[in-house]
Amino acid sequence: MSMSENLDAAKLKVRDLRLSFGDKEVLKGISMDIPEKEIVALIGPSGCGKSTLLRAINRMHDLVPIARVSGEIFLDGKNIYDKELDVVDIRRRIGMVFQKPNPFPKSIAENVAYGLKIAGGTSGKNLQDVIKTSLEGAALWDEVKDSLDKSGLALSGGQQQRLCIARAIAVKPEIILMDEPTSALDPISANKVEKLMLELKKDYTIIVVTHNMQQAQRVADRTAFMYLGEVIEYRPTRELFESPIHDLTKNYISGDFG
Amino acid sequence: MRKAKQWIGINLMLVFTLIVAAFLGIVVYDLLYKGSSVISFEFVFDFPRNGNTEGGIWPATVGTALVTLITALFSIPLGVGAAVYLNEYAKENWMTQLIRASIRNLAGVPSIIYGLFGVAIFVNGLGFGASVLAAGMTLGLLTLPYIITTSEEALKTVPDSYREGALALGATKWQAIRTNVLPNAVPGILTGAILGLSRAAGETAPILFTGALYYLRYLPQSVFDPFMVLPYHLYILSTQHHAMEEVRPLAYGTALVLISLILLLNISAFILRYRFRKAQMR
Repeated sequence: MSMSENLDAAKLKVRDLRLSFGDKEVLKGISMDIPEKEIVALIGPSGCGKSTLLRAINRMHDLVPIARVSGEIFLDGKNIYDKELDVVDIRRRIGMVFQKPNPFPKSIAENVAYGLKIAGGTSGKNLQDVIKTSLEGAALWDEVKDSLDKSGLALSGGQQQRLCIARAIAVKPEIILMDEPTSALDPISANKVEKLMLELKKDYTIIVVTHNMQQAQRVADRTAFMYLGEVIEYRPTRELFESPIHDLTKNYISGDFG
Repeated sequence: MRKAKQWIGINLMLVFTLIVAAFLGIVVYDLLYKGSSVISFEFVFDFPRNGNTEGGIWPATVGTALVTLITALFSIPLGVGAAVYLNEYAKENWMTQLIRASIRNLAGVPSIIYGLFGVAIFVNGLGFGASVLAAGMTLGLLTLPYIITTSEEALKTVPDSYREGALALGATKWQAIRTNVLPNAVPGILTGAILGLSRAAGETAPILFTGALYYLRYLPQSVFDPFMVLPYHLYILSTQHHAMEEVRPLAYGTALVLISLILLLNISAFILRYRFRKAQMR
């Protein structure tokens, strides 16, 4: 399957998305397609709106009273900002991993089971299976299988982040959003998370915000360079890094500003 | 010169601290010295006899416990609920600001005003009569602003990442609050609630007209019965009694029991908080 064919059946389509906090317009008409089971990296200098865009995709801005959104984001053809759709349902289909690992102050098992428990109706044997497969999926099972009832906070930073990934995949989302998932981790832990992302790509569509351009090149199929609330260039990762079209992109990836 | 000023500054603060500590020390010493002689099994667990000149303070102890229980049942759910609404749901606008300011001002209203309000609303208005229920709810009103304020502070200390993490997993706002926010605010809420309750347990003015009697030979049989309480008993013994000098040791004993009960309440708050913290970090 070539890259362009893949785009026709995009999992997520962003159309003219604008977002402002009060008077300040942070996203100025974003349009981009995210193909299924690929990793898309969002790069750009601080304040360019890449985290804001990521959080718009699972409607985290609903919590911010001064945030105003217009435009559309289609998930499998349905606009997630449609008033008829349930935001809780959307967040279950679009999971999120945060910059700073944020395990709940509960046991490792309870952390993984959280999403299922609040959705209701999963119990006993089935729950144990999901906990195991999710931790395996996050490449954490071997390290924690004997201490599932220990607090998630007792783990190291890298383990905590993988626990958060296990927690996210336990509810079987279709898309996983990652907001600088390795920026708070040491290089070895970061490397583990990157490997994990490539593994997860087999089952999930991943959108990752990163400040680390090597990371984007190592993991992402496509990369979008954002600047001042706009997508300047969005292309297959290798093309973007090897032959950037815009000067802004060129300057950024060569380290002239950032 | 600067060093000398620094030396004077530090030591001045030390002296002030010692003065404060000395007051507490003197009160406790005085109570122990003059009150411990009357403390006995009979004093704590027997009914008063002969117009409070003999016997014990059992009904006052039980009354204090019962009234405090009603106060807790009334004010904790109401106060925590209001705090959750204000901190988690309410939009930041002038209405919310006004409500917050009013709550803070309520904490400064003299307790006798609460007492009169209690008579008007609970004793007469709702027809509870002078009773455990009316007094407990009156004290509950007095405790409410305190519980709301400390609960809101406790909720503020729960990191936003606990809320966002839960929402990102498909939790509704209420689920996030119930399973992730409230449990982590419990230690702070508990501390505030128990400090508020221990203040209420020592109040006299709000219960003066709402159900406290100075001499009872029986325990309240229901929440609609009048009762005795330790602070009021103490007040009667030390200022209103016909044989004030004679019952002075009993007054000291009563004060000692009251202070011990409040100390017990505070220690239990400390232990509960410690347990909660440990359970989370295991």
